Parts: sequence; C-alpha cells; structure tokens
Amino acid sequence: MSEVKRRSATKMVPAPSQGIIPERDLYSAPVLETRHLGIEFGGLKAVEDFNLIIGKTEIAGLIGPNGAGKTTVFNLLTKVYQPTMGTVLLNGRDTAGMNTVQASKLGIARTFQNIRLFGNMTVEDNVRIGLHNQVRYGMFTGIFRLPGYWKQEKAQHERALELLSIFDMQDMAGYRAGSLPYGAQRRLEIVRALATNPSLLLLDEPAAGMNPHETEELMNNIIKIRDRFQIAIMLIEHDMNLVMGICEGICVLNYGRIIAKGTAEDIQNNPVVIEAYLGKKKEG
Amino acid sequence: MVAFLRFLINGVSLGSVYAIIALGYTMVYGIAKMLNFAHGDVIMVGAYIAFCAMAYLSLPPVVAVLMAMVVCTALGVVIEGLAYRPLRQAASLAVLITAIGVSYFLQNGALLIWGANPKIFDSVFSVGSVRLFGGELTITSETLLTIAANIVIMIALTLFTGRTKLGKAMRAVSEDKGAAELMGINVNRTISLTFAIGSALAAVAGVLLCSAYPTLMPTTGSMPGIKAFTAAVFGGIGSIPGAMIGGILLGMIEILGKAYISTELGDALVFAVLIVVLLFKPAGLLGKPVREKV
Amino acid sequence: MKLKKSTVNALISYGIVIVAFIVCQSMISAKAMPRTLKGQMIPICVYIVMAVSLNLVVGISGELSLGHAGFMSIGAFSGAIASTYLLNALGLESEVARLIISIVAGGVTAGVFGVLIGIPVLRLRGDYLAIVTLAFGEIIRNVVNCLYFSVDGMRLNVSFNNPNVAGTIILNGPAGTKGIKAISTFPMGFALILFTLFVVLNLINSRSGRAIMAARDNRIAAEAMGINVTKYKMMAFVTSAVLAGMAGALYGLNFSTFTAAKFKFDTSILVLVFVVLGGIGNIWGSIIAAALLTVLPELLRAFADYRMLIYAIVLILVMLATNNPMLRSVFERLPRALRRKAPGAEAKGGAAQ
Repeated sequence: MSEVKRRSATKMVPAPSQGIIPERDLYSAPVLETRHLGIEFGGLKAVEDFNLIIGKTEIAGLIGPNGAGKTTVFNLLTKVYQPTMGTVLLNGRDTAGMNTVQASKLGIARTFQNIRLFGNMTVEDNVRIGLHNQVRYGMFTGIFRLPGYWKQEKAQHERALELLSIFDMQDMAGYRAGSLPYGAQRRLEIVRALATNPSLLLLDEPAAGMNPHETEELMNNIIKIRDRFQIAIMLIEHDMNLVMGICEGICVLNYGRIIAKGTAEDIQNNPVVIEAYLGKKKEG
Repeated sequence: MVAFLRFLINGVSLGSVYAIIALGYTMVYGIAKMLNFAHGDVIMVGAYIAFCAMAYLSLPPVVAVLMAMVVCTALGVVIEGLAYRPLRQAASLAVLITAIGVSYFLQNGALLIWGANPKIFDSVFSVGSVRLFGGELTITSETLLTIAANIVIMIALTLFTGRTKLGKAMRAVSEDKGAAELMGINVNRTISLTFAIGSALAAVAGVLLCSAYPTLMPTTGSMPGIKAFTAAVFGGIGSIPGAMIGGILLGMIEILGKAYISTELGDALVFAVLIVVLLFKPAGLLGKPVREKV
Repeated sequence: MKLKKSTVNALISYGIVIVAFIVCQSMISAKAMPRTLKGQMIPICVYIVMAVSLNLVVGISGELSLGHAGFMSIGAFSGAIASTYLLNALGLESEVARLIISIVAGGVTAGVFGVLIGIPVLRLRGDYLAIVTLAFGEIIRNVVNCLYFSVDGMRLNVSFNNPNVAGTIILNGPAGTKGIKAISTFPMGFALILFTLFVVLNLINSRSGRAIMAARDNRIAAEAMGINVTKYKMMAFVTSAVLAGMAGALYGLNFSTFTAAKFKFDTSILVLVFVVLGGIGNIWGSIIAAALLTVLPELLRAFADYRMLIYAIVLILVMLATNNPMLRSVFERLPRALRRKAPGAEAKGGAAQ
C-alpha cells in the first residue's frame, strides 16, 4: 500500500545537465560525474543538487564566496563526508559506501586548504607516503629486510625525487616537511597528492598565501602537470587571475547550490555571479 | 528481593561517592583538558585529615569534615599552581606524567607521615539507621547521607555553573581559553577555582568513602580514583550530569556484579561495561562528539 | 655499497648495545659488579624492551596506552606456563631452549590478545583510547586472578574461578605462579633487547613504519593518501604487544613465583614514565631512561623511606624543567648529535627560505 502511495507521489525532475567538457576529452569517459550530490548537517543543506561533469584532462575551477560549500564538495568527492543525497561517479564507478582510502585507490587525490603535511617527517617521506599504494611489500619484508625491501625502497626513492623535481624541490628531500616555508609546503602537498597516481587531482586553494610571481609559476606548473600526467585537475581558488587564466570549465557555488557553470568568459559576464560576489547592484 | 534491594542501595551509595570524585575529574578535564591522576590521592589526604581531626584533636565530625575540605582545597590550588600551571602550553603527556608524579608524591608523603598500617576510620555520622521490611533491610545513616550529599552537590554545582558569573567564566574557559581571556576572564584564577572546588569535593568523597569502607591507607585513594575517572569518561568527560550518572551506574554495576556474578571480577566488570559503552557512544553517555574540521 | 643514513644509525645502535652488554658481562665475570646491581640486570633488560615497545605505540603511532603492563602480564603467565609444561610434560631439559620457546610463546599469546584488544580500542581516539587501554589492563589483571592452570601428565588443565584442578598446579589464581624454575639469563635479556631494536628500527624505516607515522602526524591526510589508518595503528599496537609479551616472559621466568599484582596500573605508568622522560618517539631515550630509572630506586636505597618521595619530586622537576621555555632553548643549543630527533631539519629548512 505504502509502495503505491510513494510511487504516485514521485516528483519528476530534470536529468542532470551534462555541463561542458573540453572538446579533446569528448571521446574519453569523463573522470568525474556527480548527480544531485548533496549533504545535510542536522537539517542544514550545506550542498545540494550539485551536478558536474569533468573531462579526462580538464582543468576545472570551483569558485564562490566564503562559506558557499566549496570545500564541502571536495570532502564529499573524497568521502571525508558521506553524501546524504545523490551519487558520485569516479571513472565511471559509483563511490557510494566507499571510504576515503577506497576513493584514493580509485584515483582521486587532494590537497588541503589548511595544509596537512606530515610535519615531523622529511619531504621525501611525505612523497613516499603518497607512493604508499604503488609499493607492494609488507611488514615482514620491511622488518626482516628481505630482498624486495631494498629493491622497492630504491625505486620509491627515485620516483619520489622525480616527482619532487616537478617543482624543483629535489634538493629539499631531506628537510623536515614542517620546517619548509609556506609556499613550499603547498607545493609539497601537490607533489604528495600526485604521487598517489590519481586520475583526478583536487587542489584546495593552491595559491593561498602566494605572491603574484609564485602564483604565475604555480599556474604554469598546473598546466605542466596536466600535460605530463594526462589527468584532470579541479581547483578551488579565490585568485581570479589564476582561475580565469587556466580553468577551462568553471562552476560557481553559492549557498551550497551551483549558480552558474561555463567557460571563464561565460562566468565573467554572468549577472548572477556578479551579484553573488558583489551584492545587488544599486545603480550602474 | 530484599537482598537485591540492599545491594542496589549499597550500589547507589558507592556510586554516589564515585560520582562526587568523578565531578572533580570531569570539571578539571573540562577546563584544563588534563587527566589529573593525583585527584584520587587528594581523596586520601582528605580522609587522613578528617581522621586526624577526630582521632587526635577530638573535634566534632562536622568540624573535621570542614577541616579536610579546607586543607584539600588549599592542596588542590597549590598543586595546580606549582605543578600544572607552568605546563599549560606543554604537551598533554607531559602534564599527565607530572600528575602521576604528584600522585606518587602524595602517596609517599602520606606513607611517611601516617605510616603503612591501615587506620580504622570511625564513621563521621552518629545518626541511627533506617529499618524497612520489619528490620530485614537496614539502610545505614552513611548510605543515606552519602546519597543526600551527592544530590546536594549535584544541584549546587549545576546552579553554580549555570547561574553565577564565576560558573559562566568556568564554562567559557573550558570552551575556549583564548577567547575567554580576550573577554576579560582571568583564566588562571578560573582554573585555580576549578581545582579548589574539585579538591573540596574530593575531601567530602574521602570522608564518605572511609565512613563506608573504614580502612584508611596511603593507597586508599588510587583505585576509587581510577574508577571515578572511569565513571567520568563513562558519563561523558566534561559533563557534570554525565559524571553523576556515570558514577552511580558504575557503583551499582560494581556492587551487583560482585554480589551476583563474581567477587573477583567485580572490577573487571566495571571496566568491561565502560569499554562496551564507549564502543557504542565513543564520547560517553552524555558527551558531545567532536568533529574535526577538514 | 653506500648505506642509508638510517641503516648506519641502526648499526651504531646495535654496536652500543653490544658494547654495553660486553662491559656488563665482563664486570659480572670479574665479580666487579655490586650484588644489588647484578640482580637488576634482567629487570633492566625487561624494562628496556617494555619502554621501546611502548614507545612504538605512544611515540611512533601517537596513541596513549595506559595498559602496557597487561601485555607484559599475559606474556609472563603464558611464558611461565609454557616453560613448566615443556619441562614437566615434554621433558625438555635444555634451559636455553625452554627459555626461547617460552619467550616466543609469551610474545605470541600477547600478540593474539593485542589483536583482540586492538579491535575495540583503536576505534576510539585520544583520551578515550587511553582510558580503554587502562580498563583492559585492569581486566587482564582481574581475570588472571581467577585463572588456575595445572599440568597433569601431558594434559594442561585450565579452570576459571575454581581452584580444584588436577595435577601439578602452575598458576594458582590470586596466589600467582607456583614451582616455576627461574631460568631467565642476562645474555637472553640482551638478545631480546637486540631483537626489539631490530624489529622497531627496521619497522620505522619501512613502508609500514612511514604509514604508521603518517597516520600519527595527520590522520585525515593519511587517509586521503590511501593509507588504511586503522590497519597501521593495529600493526604498531600488536607489534608492541608481542614485544611486551616477550619481555613479560623473560620477567616472569626470572622468579620462581609471581602474582598478577606485579602488573598493576602502576607498572604501565612506570613504563610510560620511561618513554616520556626518554623523549616521546626517541628510541634511544627510552633505553637510557629505562636503564637509569630501573637502577635509580636501588641507588636511592640509602635514603630508605624517602626514596619514592625523592623519585616523585625528581619526576615532577624533570617534567617542569624539560617543558620550561627558557631551559628548552638551552637544550636546543646542545650539539645536535645529543638530540637525534629530526636530524638537521630546522637549520636546513631555515636556509631554504
């Protein structure tokens, strides 16, 4: 009886808008697709009806005023929070019920807004943590130093230095991560995330606290990373030069809802976006 | 049935003592975020002071209890000032070890002053006992007074933290020390006050405990201290009603477990229940789970 | 072949331990060691292993454990039972073989309990985790007090809360073990220290060890990097339990009789004090602190009744001094070789700016 009732009460909603992806990615499966994604914290809808599609090698931007729910979206995608509504498809696979570790193994990696390095470990060891799941030797091999240990440690060391060289950080490999200057810590977080061999890299305010020169360098490096590793990158950023400069598809979030999607040009001319950022226009 | 009632009442009575000790733990934890392992030994000191006042100075029980409270209050404030205050910025493990040092100090100090031989504690109460069911069930005056004291303390503390300015300052400091300081609250004085209240309660608990279980030794406080700490965690550490509920439940579990399951395993049962509760409510019965912001 | 820095450091560590052993052993042979100190050699070994293994949980894995003596207790009793069974039922006369098998048995049993206890404990965080380890330590002590073991021919009899077991009693409930041959030796203690160092140092410098430390430094980031935090916390916890169990077996077999009361909460705290005073996460610090603080009460014997009071005061003063900002800056200026923690990090990091 209740079954019938529920069916008759079904409300019809439009299918998720497919959004836009770069033309070159048209013939590959999208790396990420979300459908009606949302989360409620005790009745408060922090994010709702979040629909997005990201192409295989796209650089996407997620922008919006403070408190719009941008980091919450990252937390939903990486399964730090379990969504209360909707689906996340990562490389075509539904991530429902997965935890952060499983999401990472499925190819999603991230950096954090408030840097979360392993401060007491060396720079190289931080990258090696990122390589954790690419190395396959167990506890006993490690303790009793079986041949596999030496071989894989050496390979891991070389790989770590190679990744650090993206940001010219190979000379800092022996330093304690917590002692690095702020900008270097942000770059190390990106290297560490890359080390997990992701297909989608999420960067949470990568340029925060950087000077214009460093930001410029970062922009080049983000493009370099995309080209070299052929991965998709999604970033949250307040620096509009960076976002408009390198992001192909941009998504604007306000009060947990997407208010605009499109290219840099679309977004810059969108009155709703301007209103969200600057408030209602009183006069020209 | 009568036997069960008797065990139940004894359980509530022992639980009330645990609750009073647990209040000290929970308030100190709430405000200073430290596990004060020396708290159990303050109980012991309180009991010794009351014992000396009655046995050597022949003071009336009420005066003896007051004296114990005054000495313990002073002791608590001095311990906090000398040993814990300099460590306010230190790692929590450093504070924990210092608290353990203080605990050793109090135990061994008591050993030197009062010796290792147990003292037989005379009950501080001389009121008669209540007989029910034609004399089958006797409730001693100690039991009644313990439960009464527990209720009074609970109400007083709730009013104090909820209604008074100092109580509100305490809550503010436990919430956020930095912000409280910016609002003009003297954080150090507030923490001292918390230790003072906790230690005064410990003195009361010591007297009540030794009235019910009259052997007094330098190690008397340590096991009740650990159990009261368990009670505080059980109820949700930092929460005053939590400490109360945790203490009473723990006392009941201990007495009933010893009576009906195994005398040897009474303590194990208490700890087992704690573990089970924490598995289902990781922050205790009334504790609020904290979510880390990502 | 060029050796890694961590390997060199480990080799130096083994070297120092071996030299210390040779010095002590020749002093014993030359009868140059005071009697009181000689009797302390095995306990020193035991507490060094206890401290290093606890440091694996507290320092490397970053979880406060207040029940480490529980694993020591499990190891001690299962070691004593194994040793007596081997002698009485299987007629194994060789003391060395019996000791080794008993130590392994102690470690394995403690490890099994480490897994069983770790499953609920490691679901909790911070102080709640600490209190639950304390609870388990107390439960173990209470339960051992109710256990009766006896050997009857080839059979090993167990009973719970019932002293009537057939055959020769090995474990007699609250009265403790009975008729155990004290077979622990100082060389075996030394070997156990070397083994512990080997396991812990190699673990730290491996994939698993790095994962353990990453989970300690930042749980959320470690998970985002695909590290199964619970698995690695468990690995540290169980390894630590195994080592503590082995130390317990060595400790138990140093006496002909001992009771569960030896492994009270106080013993857990004692070992924790070694770890904290030696420097959390600093393996060498644990070794030195355990050795010195095991001997210290013996050296303070002249002060008789005051020694524990002095111990308490020293403990408080050391904690206050090491956490005093002014004294701390003096420590920072000590030669780096003395500190060993995070070698050279600050100086180089500063230069990079």
